[in-house]
Amino acid sequence: MPEIPLLRVENVGKAFGRHQVLREVSLDVHAGQVLCVIGPSGSGKSTLLRCVNRLEVPDSGYVYLEGQPVGFRWKGDGLHEMTSSQLAAQRRRMGMVFQNFHLFPHRRVIDNVTEGPVVVNGLDRRTAGEQAMELLTKVGLADKAGAFPESLSGGQQQRVAIARSLAMRPALMLFDEPTSALDPELVGDVLDVMRDLARDGMTMVVVTHEMAFARDVADQVVFMDGGRVVEAGPPERVFGAPEHERTRSFLSRVL
Amino acid sequence: MTNAGSPAQGTAHGGGFRSAGGARRVPLRHPWWWAGGAVLVLLIALFARLLVTNENMRWSVVLEYLFDREILGGLVTTLELTVLAMVLGLALGVVLAVMRLSANPLFRSVSWLWLWFFRGVPPLVQMVFWFNLATLIPVIELGVPFGPTLASWDTNTVVSSFSAAILGLALTESAYAAEMIRAGIQAVPKGQTEAALVVGMSRFQVLRRVVLPQALRIVVPPIGNDLISMLKFTSLVSVLATPDLLYSAQMIYSRNYRTIPLLLVATIWYLVLTTLLTVAQQQVERRMKLTRAAAGAAGDGRRLRFLPSFGKA
Repeated sequence: MPEIPLLRVENVGKAFGRHQVLREVSLDVHAGQVLCVIGPSGSGKSTLLRCVNRLEVPDSGYVYLEGQPVGFRWKGDGLHEMTSSQLAAQRRRMGMVFQNFHLFPHRRVIDNVTEGPVVVNGLDRRTAGEQAMELLTKVGLADKAGAFPESLSGGQQQRVAIARSLAMRPALMLFDEPTSALDPELVGDVLDVMRDLARDGMTMVVVTHEMAFARDVADQVVFMDGGRVVEAGPPERVFGAPEHERTRSFLSRVL
Repeated sequence: MTNAGSPAQGTAHGGGFRSAGGARRVPLRHPWWWAGGAVLVLLIALFARLLVTNENMRWSVVLEYLFDREILGGLVTTLELTVLAMVLGLALGVVLAVMRLSANPLFRSVSWLWLWFFRGVPPLVQMVFWFNLATLIPVIELGVPFGPTLASWDTNTVVSSFSAAILGLALTESAYAAEMIRAGIQAVPKGQTEAALVVGMSRFQVLRRVVLPQALRIVVPPIGNDLISMLKFTSLVSVLATPDLLYSAQMIYSRNYRTIPLLLVATIWYLVLTTLLTVAQQQVERRMKLTRAAAGAAGDGRRLRFLPSFGKA
């Protein structure tokens, strides 16, 4: 019996108005794998990621997490749309890191990390605080626990955001261009944290423009253009011997 | 050629350039500041003379009644009215603002209608209307709609002049607060909601833990303004014979005919309260800035435990 993929995207399509952003996108990610999604701006990479955790509702197709359709429940033969609390429970399994961090500006760094475990999982503040300190240590920011986000650099904020997501102990981490809003000298720290995560066996989907990172860390690279998956495969093949002309021309521009 | 003389030297020798170094400087004079200031000082002096020398002011009477028991009782009533109306108004305002931003068109319309009505009807008209509610609905009943009654009260015992006043003030405030809070909610970036959703919060948790705390911070200054207006709007309740600050003063001068001194007593207290509220508002705003600035500079959790943290559970 073949293993069930942790994440399956099946024929997902999405349009904003008359603009078709995603067309029949399908892909599988198995537990422990890192999938990097590359492609030019406007190719639908971010929308794909947002369809995975249903921040955007796909027009067609389904996303499955651990074999269960995201946003729906089986009842007999029918698929019933989830209530917002059922969807929230499913989203807890998927962490997400945004391009612009979106830390809660009114909470200290430590409270940003404990917020989910305390409010959503009902963990007591003390235990949550201890776990948060472990995570902050892991991302190298234990000394900033009492600071407010606005006093942190972009790279530090992004690492806090990663810690905040990890605090929910997700099965899957989604990264939406996590280093695109950072000054070049701060990119490295964030990528190092992500490398560590991958090494620890976290399943990750990373939308990125960091080709070196994709080449080193990814198990699978997907090249998207015009809302379609143009090419997918192991990084050696996509970067080393791309089959499609569009992939080749994109890579020649960014490498 | 180029190092023989800098451009400045060259032209100075040529006679066209005059160096400003070492010259006497004359600051700009402002004769109109002095003229305007003199006029103002004169006006202030005239006003002060009126306050001090006009016999009808009767400062001795003012002093006598400033801490009168009736006046102080009225002061407490005024404060009670202000706080209650404000708290109720804000609570309703939050609900109305959330309804106004709801995806459900029925919620949106009801909220719009409420705002339209309670912003349109003057609070004074409302108060009189609520006070006379008994003539419209003599008995208030609690029960199953269109079904049996479980409990009932005589309207006149439920709606006293005090509660009529609270209703009029709070409902008007709710409409204004709703608009402010809506603007505050809309000023919170969409990314905040998304970040909270992906942590697994429910819609309600997102609102309560992430959006509202930030929205309310944004609206602290206008709410402070509203609180100060509310303090003064409470004087309207004197028409319902609710013994607030103004009505207490009126009751006293209707007995002793010392109208101006007693109005001065009320004026002084209103000014004192307004000043206190203004200072409190500034403190709240300053503290919100300070907590963050201090934490930002230190970046150290241990030293900051004792600082107040807003929005904490």
